[in-house]
Amino acid sequence: MNPQDADIRWIQPPELGLGGRSYLPLFVEGLTTTFRHLVGRKITVEYPEEPHPMVHPERYRGVHRLNRDEQGRVKCVACFLCATACPAHCIDIVAAESPWPDREKYPQSFTIDLLRCIFCGMCEEACPVDAIELTSLYDLSGKSREEMIFDKEKLLSVYDQTKDREPMRSRGSQPISGTGA
Amino acid sequence: MFPIVVEALVKTVLILGGLMMAAAYLVLVERWIAAWVQDRRGPNRVGIPLTRIRLFGLGQPIADGTKFLFKEEVTPAHVDRPLYFVAPMAAFCAALAVYAVIPFGSVLPASSGVPGEPIRLVLAPGIDVGMIYIFAVGSITVYGVLLGSWASNNKYAFFGGLRSGAQLISYEIPMGLGLLGVVLACGSLRLDQIIAQQAATGLWNAFVQPLGFVVFCVAACAEAERLPFDLPEAEQELVGGYHTEYGGVKLMMYLVTEVIHMVTASFLIAILFLGGWHFWGLTGSGEEVTWLEALIRIAVLLGKVGLLILGFMLIRWSWPRFRFDQLMAMAWRMMLPWGLVNLCLVAVLMEWGGRWAAALGVPVGAIEIPVGWVALVLTWALTAWADPIATDNTPLPIEPLNQRGIP
Repeated sequence: MNPQDADIRWIQPPELGLGGRSYLPLFVEGLTTTFRHLVGRKITVEYPEEPHPMVHPERYRGVHRLNRDEQGRVKCVACFLCATACPAHCIDIVAAESPWPDREKYPQSFTIDLLRCIFCGMCEEACPVDAIELTSLYDLSGKSREEMIFDKEKLLSVYDQTKDREPMRSRGSQPISGTGA
Repeated sequence: MFPIVVEALVKTVLILGGLMMAAAYLVLVERWIAAWVQDRRGPNRVGIPLTRIRLFGLGQPIADGTKFLFKEEVTPAHVDRPLYFVAPMAAFCAALAVYAVIPFGSVLPASSGVPGEPIRLVLAPGIDVGMIYIFAVGSITVYGVLLGSWASNNKYAFFGGLRSGAQLISYEIPMGLGLLGVVLACGSLRLDQIIAQQAATGLWNAFVQPLGFVVFCVAACAEAERLPFDLPEAEQELVGGYHTEYGGVKLMMYLVTEVIHMVTASFLIAILFLGGWHFWGLTGSGEEVTWLEALIRIAVLLGKVGLLILGFMLIRWSWPRFRFDQLMAMAWRMMLPWGLVNLCLVAVLMEWGGRWAAALGVPVGAIEIPVGWVALVLTWALTAWADPIATDNTPLPIEPLNQRGIP
């Protein structure tokens, strides 16, 4: 950098008065600030004893859940959009013909490998029927690798656990009605 | 002969044990204060080992110490081995040796059952060169830091060592000047004599020589390498400063040394300027004490030291670190002249203060105190007006590249 460059605008610091140059006001200011914080309210959350106060649980991207419709059936129509969108390839769906008349397919098995999942929320965005959602459960742990592979029942049970606390964020409650091919 | 040896041994064990305990727990207090100032809670989990009892985190020093002791002793291949091992020990021993002449109380009563003289609460009582000894031994700490940084064979450690050497040597001069005023006024280099003199008049040196007090406090803070003067280890610039290459027990020695320096600085400020064990109406001021008085004196001295240490810890988070040229300018252009002004003032008052007071018919203190405080205000204002630390940071103009004949 050339200091003589015409494009450089030099800014001078403001002139200090006698008070500023004596450092006294700064000393006092620094000490009062630290002392105020010393006795002030602490913002640490004592986590395992106190739950974390989540301000926006609907924005948090924690463990997935598979939503149920009004009749308690899995909402998923096994369209594979989430599995396609998933950048970590952690969703594995086996589709089968639907036993219900209002849709063509349903997931015979729906597995998420949470050890691979990066919790990006792409599956939630991709889902056309709002069947998969990310909850605010953040304290996820397991004692074995197998435990961390969530199958359909487990994902549905996550919904049962969290449905009262976090209602479904669906844009419409009706699934896409199957017209038959 | 024999009782003296036992007495010295008991005092040594008390001082060493007390210092090590204090160092461990001061680290915890330091972490607490740091956390509280930053609106956190600090270490509050570790309690009694193998139980669920927490005790507000009072077990933390045990965990920290155990961690240090069980760390692998890594000796980097590129270091100068003998110096690398000797340096932390030199720093550590020098920091501890100072406590031979620092009193931690007054005296025990003559009726304590020990034959001979009443027990003085100093490890080596009756050393007439007390303050000179402290300065001499304290200077060896510079060797610990410089040797460690040199032996580490690492440029960041070396920068830290260079800074430390320059800083410690520079600030020893204002520290000495601040001390000289006290020595002149009290007429003794012995710390217990200095306390006794302040107790006898009831006037602490900080009231009579506020200028010397400010100079000594700043210099002591710099000598202890505490923020805002902790340039030798300035983590943001120098990795870890002079102990970058150290780990395990050797690092612990350096860290404990730093804490002990802070304790020493607090002891010196409390003893030289804040009356030591003296407190008006509480401790008495004579040589003859009861057991209660002796204990109160110890408590008062340790209380003053504790408050000063808390002050050091609070200061750490209050003000930003000085730049190195500002640090040097502060030592040579501010603190050194202030110390000289204070010394001249004390000398003048020693010579003529008594006569002026007698002429006016007031006690000596009534002359000394106002003069001291007026001198502080005037000197400070003059310094602010002259502003010797200010620097012009505008970069010098550089010739454009193409005019220097470079194609």
